[in-house]
Amino acid sequence: MADEYKPPALPAPFNNTNPAPELLTQGAEGHLYKTFSLDPSIPAALKVRPSKPYRHPILDRRLTRQRIIQEARCLTKLIREGVSVPAVLALDWEGQGGDEAGWGGAWLMMEWIDGPVVRVVLEQWEAWMKKNASSLDVAQLEQENARVKALLRRIGKTIGGLHKAGVVHGDLTTSNIMLRLPTEDIEAETTPTGVSTQGEVVLIDFGLASQSAQDEDRAVDLYVLERAIGSTHPRSEPFMEELVHGYRESHRGATSTLKRLEDNPVPLSNAYSHMDRIDLNWILKTPR
Amino acid sequence: MIAIGMEGSANKIGIGIMSHPKDGSPPQVLANIRHTYVSPPGEGFLPKDVARHHRTWVVNLVKGALKEARVSVEEVDCICFTQGPGMGAPLQAVALAARMLSLLWGKALIGVNHCVGHIEMGRLITGATNPVVLYVSGGNTQVIAYSSQRYRIFGETLDIAVGNCLDRFARTLHISNDPFPGYNIEQLAKQGKQLVDLPYVVKGMDVSFSGILAAIDSLAATLGLGGEERAREDAEKASNVEQTSQDQVQDFDSDNKPTRADLCFSLQETVYSMLVEITERAMAHVGSKQVLIVGGVGSNERLQEMMGIMARDRGGSVYATDERFCIDNGIMIAQAGMLAYQSGFRTALQDSSCTQRFRTDEVHVKWRED
Repeated sequence: MADEYKPPALPAPFNNTNPAPELLTQGAEGHLYKTFSLDPSIPAALKVRPSKPYRHPILDRRLTRQRIIQEARCLTKLIREGVSVPAVLALDWEGQGGDEAGWGGAWLMMEWIDGPVVRVVLEQWEAWMKKNASSLDVAQLEQENARVKALLRRIGKTIGGLHKAGVVHGDLTTSNIMLRLPTEDIEAETTPTGVSTQGEVVLIDFGLASQSAQDEDRAVDLYVLERAIGSTHPRSEPFMEELVHGYRESHRGATSTLKRLEDNPVPLSNAYSHMDRIDLNWILKTPR
Repeated sequence: MIAIGMEGSANKIGIGIMSHPKDGSPPQVLANIRHTYVSPPGEGFLPKDVARHHRTWVVNLVKGALKEARVSVEEVDCICFTQGPGMGAPLQAVALAARMLSLLWGKALIGVNHCVGHIEMGRLITGATNPVVLYVSGGNTQVIAYSSQRYRIFGETLDIAVGNCLDRFARTLHISNDPFPGYNIEQLAKQGKQLVDLPYVVKGMDVSFSGILAAIDSLAATLGLGGEERAREDAEKASNVEQTSQDQVQDFDSDNKPTRADLCFSLQETVYSMLVEITERAMAHVGSKQVLIVGGVGSNERLQEMMGIMARDRGGSVYATDERFCIDNGIMIAQAGMLAYQSGFRTALQDSSCTQRFRTDEVHVKWRED
């Protein structure tokens, strides 16, 4: 069973912080923790890529270093370009081992984003609608649909900003899109569903991201997201065109990317592996 | 019930006889014989030569297997043969023999997917119940997991198979193809110490080897390590013990120019790391703790060791088999064929043509219910 699994010891200094980092999710590649930066009142997300003892040590260091730096580079570039992603706070690709001194993997500390992932927001909304949609009058129904449409449009716009900055995500699912809770006291939405769609759209988990401006790669991002929404959020799927609309308006290159998307960008075998990766993320990111 | 399995998708022809006792006790291997077509160093095998080899050997091997198993033709229930994937001409040669035996003896004909044969034999031998399967051979590289009566492919090579990459590099170095190139690369790699930088190509759960092969081939060419002459020097060194100790001192003194052994070592470390990485992803995905390695490359001890470390760190275990079952053989076809036969599957004569492309997930795994 999964709970027997013991994650590897944390690299210094996280083996010695109080309170200790809290493990949020674990994948094949990395572990995500919640910890703090400098002061316990400043929360931060910590992604640890532990060393893989099966690999030759030189190869292991090379790969871990490459990948964590790649992720950090994409994030800093996006911050500079004004795309909303978590800011990079600290990084160590020569992390010291937890128990014994020596190589323990690499880690990346990022800004803590307070808010739900879009997967949860849509799931809650769809669950409520499934149960209670019949009790709403036409105007209310219209209003509810409009809220989700507006959310998808904002997501499309954010993805457009990402691509405009020359980065592709590589693993774009609703689990990797968050809504940052508004900090100021803005008036809460009055909605019968009780599910808020407010907040800034933030993209997370750039572990498979790369710098690319090719229509093919960009279209794969959109395709993966389209498939993800289609299979987990069936009620929101008809609103996909809103996302496309938001994307189209975001930057000039969008038109040719969308044309590539219509031409079915991914060969079937590739689509397969992308779908599997989505499943993987859903499993890993679902709280146990 | 008794099945004859006939395998000939590549350069080996294998005939195996399996018995599934009616009382439900574990299946038994009655005979498992094989003959391999070995090409000279520096060369691969051509389909027409392999097909000729199979045609020459098939009757002898079937007779030999029946004799070894001590069963008469009357006792046999079905003739199982590899329907694909594999090289066209050798597949056809063996399929033709299977069809003939089926008609001659009046036995049911069962076409078997080669990959499914490997998986079922691995499950039988190791007792792994629901493992993530890494299937690695000269023609295939796939990560497979079972789900609702299909063996689903989670990741695979985007170009050449890992075994093909090793075989072709063995050709570059003129390493012997006997018993098989991968074995000789493994032995040479044991002397390697220095890791050279090679491309490392993992895309999601897929891998690619052609770029690595091109890189290491050109490296060998630049360093002047390829070709017949260097291979002969190596062989001489190995036979002369005194000289070997001298050479080691020399190696130590000389600059850090990679040797042939270093290249084999680096190639193994790189490609096996890639395979273990995608296997680990698949394990995380399906939540399985068992890994089963099948296919010819699966007999490599370094790959088994690396997979063992990965599985141990995840609290799981590795199941691997030795050469008798890893490398293409007849009993794996008999085993998978027998399972299909018992579930009511038959291959009609008009449907018994073989195919070079036969995806693992095309097979309806009717005999598993979980």
